[in-house]
Amino acid sequence: MSQSLRTPVLFFVVALLFILEGSTSFWVFSGSWNSSLAILNMALISAIMALGVNLQWGYAGLFNVGIMGFVALGGLATVLISMPVTHGAWSQGGIGIVFGLLVGAATVIAAVLLHTRMAAGRSRTLAVLGTLIVGFFVYRYIFDAGVAGVEAINPAQTGFLGGLNPGGPDNYKAHGYMTVLAWPVGGLLAAGAAWVVGKTALGLRSDYLAIATLGISEIVIAVIKNEDWLSRGVKNVIGLPRPVPYEIDLQQSADFVARADSLGLDTTTASTLAVKLSYSALFTVVLVALIILAQLSLNSPWGRMMRAIRDNEVAAQAMGKDVTKRHLQIFVLGSALCGLAGAMMTTLDGQFIPGTYQPLRFTFLIWVMVIVGGSGNNFGSVLGAFLIWYLWVQVEPLGQWLMAVITSSMADGSALKDHLINSAAYMRLFSMGIVLLLVLRFSPRGLIPEK
Amino acid sequence: MDFLNALVALSNFVLIPAIAYGSQLALGALGVTLIYGILRFSNFAHGDTMAFGAMVTILFTWWFQSMGISIHPLPTALLALPFGIVVTAMLLILTDRTVYRFYRRVKAKPIVFVMASMGVMFIMNGVVRFIIGPGDQRFADGERFIIRARDFKNATGLNEGLAFKTSQGITIVTAIIVVAVLFWFLNRTRTGKSMRAFSDNEDLALLSGINPERVVMITWIIVAALITIAGTLYGLDKTFKPFTYFQLLLPIFASAIVGGLGNPLGAIAGGFVIAFSEVTITYAWKKVAVYLLPESLEPSGLVQLMSTDYKFAVSFVILIVVLLIKPTGLFKGQSV
Repeated sequence: MSQSLRTPVLFFVVALLFILEGSTSFWVFSGSWNSSLAILNMALISAIMALGVNLQWGYAGLFNVGIMGFVALGGLATVLISMPVTHGAWSQGGIGIVFGLLVGAATVIAAVLLHTRMAAGRSRTLAVLGTLIVGFFVYRYIFDAGVAGVEAINPAQTGFLGGLNPGGPDNYKAHGYMTVLAWPVGGLLAAGAAWVVGKTALGLRSDYLAIATLGISEIVIAVIKNEDWLSRGVKNVIGLPRPVPYEIDLQQSADFVARADSLGLDTTTASTLAVKLSYSALFTVVLVALIILAQLSLNSPWGRMMRAIRDNEVAAQAMGKDVTKRHLQIFVLGSALCGLAGAMMTTLDGQFIPGTYQPLRFTFLIWVMVIVGGSGNNFGSVLGAFLIWYLWVQVEPLGQWLMAVITSSMADGSALKDHLINSAAYMRLFSMGIVLLLVLRFSPRGLIPEK
Repeated sequence: MDFLNALVALSNFVLIPAIAYGSQLALGALGVTLIYGILRFSNFAHGDTMAFGAMVTILFTWWFQSMGISIHPLPTALLALPFGIVVTAMLLILTDRTVYRFYRRVKAKPIVFVMASMGVMFIMNGVVRFIIGPGDQRFADGERFIIRARDFKNATGLNEGLAFKTSQGITIVTAIIVVAVLFWFLNRTRTGKSMRAFSDNEDLALLSGINPERVVMITWIIVAALITIAGTLYGLDKTFKPFTYFQLLLPIFASAIVGGLGNPLGAIAGGFVIAFSEVTITYAWKKVAVYLLPESLEPSGLVQLMSTDYKFAVSFVILIVVLLIKPTGLFKGQSV
């Protein structure tokens, strides 16, 4: 099949899967449009992450396994932008925290400056060490006092700095547009982190970059989990405002009820569908815009240069291309996309729960999407994201069905039967591994290969 | 007296745990480094294979316990260890035959191997959770302590107690034995020498008639032994939970790289560097400081440089610093 035919056919097949999930309750399909749309919304977000990874891997050959960290930073941005400021947090410690962080940063800069300016020798070592030690204790002294002040404010409800929502604690949900404003901020936050990582780790060999990014993502999660003043840590932030209407408001609107009736839907279902559809519409707009940009960049001189660097670094260098700089650029861009998607995901969830960030789900699954879809091809990555996310969700009922078939001949109440049925949920990881290995082995260029 | 108390507190909370943890990391890092030296890729499935090995050992332990077989005062897990190693070795050889051998044949780039190892990681992850579940499992039995804190206090008359767990003692002794055997094997036997030759210069090794498939198979068997032992010891010392093994990947890689990838001696040194840094930086030093400093200078806080949750950050920072300053690691590893 030629590629120009292959792409639409594959997209059609995936669309059919979503339609089946919504319309028929046969086999593993639930027959609920709500479920189908829920999968679709997350698939749209995953597609943006996959685009970001494809930018790094497909265009430039950078192996980033720290996606989870950038996604979490995006989620953090949603909290920092869309939540209302905690009353008194800034006066009771917020300023101290910022000042403490500035002292910390100044210490590091001073140490680096001393290291570069002074002549090598024992006096330099002592000066650098002294600066670091004194700076660390001053930083901790100021910072800890600020943290204690912020976290003491009504710890059961707030105890964090809060965000920038102009509505205040009582009315912040009316300013739902703030979450959408948080999306680009999430991208920026992730881009900033990526710049720091890239600056230090991009010069290294590919496996080392992988390990460095794996490490940074764990650290980001550790920071978010522990710094309660920032986003309440493992106490979670719930009740984020929404850019779309609330189900309950829709159900109480006479206009909406009348319209739902005319479509023959009961009000509750119609309201949940309407909310999910509005999210889908928002996400689709972002995704389509990003695909267009990605396609334009891929076919621009810049995209050709990137692929040239990927295919032969030495030759590209000989042609006068600054490989390290271009790598840093694309690493920052790709990570920004992951941050953006992370902010969108937190918006969709309506809550920020650091404990849910698992590398298998947020880093390695995205990689499976890109590899299965076809690295180097934007449409491939998007298709991979839709397909793999769909499978990730549907493997669970599939596993249960499979276990039911396997155990049907066993006696009821036998320990093995119970164990098999209870363990069906772990089929997910297993099947993703199988899919990845099969694609890597038999179709290493993915479902829609790079042209 | 105060000095002795400080010393005991230091050994109890820093030295002994760090040595035990360092031994576990060193065994894990030896596996990473061997795979890197012979097969030339960073194996992302390492942590989950470790969980698999520990799981098989646990299953055998439970079986032995149910039959009443024990080697009291030592934990039954030691008896189950050889069985765990055999099963893990068979699994690793099977993954090599089904997954990695193909890429060796087509001479794929190292990054393709890394990706394949990601797939293997997913599968192992699923298999372990499928068989034993995602939760904590207890399997330690036998005597819990070699030295109890209270006995130590009574015997010495010091305020500080020293507790030396059996699992820590076993970890240290086992690690010494395993490392000694491994180095004897690599340096003295014909097979070990052929492995080192293969690692140093593949073409030359092939030219002198070394069978690459045999070298690879032996590597996997050694790796299986190393990580089953490391995983079981870690499980005995702390707890067995599949996800913690996945998270061990980072400190293990850090140890291997800090020491110099491909260099077994470096892997051991790296393991201890990482373990000691993690423990000293996340330990609350107040207890030691109280004994050493005069009362007027006693610290009010815990004197903890970083909260324990940042231990990943410690191994990561050391990793980055070493990579930037000395990319080949402390001991000369393979070139970057």
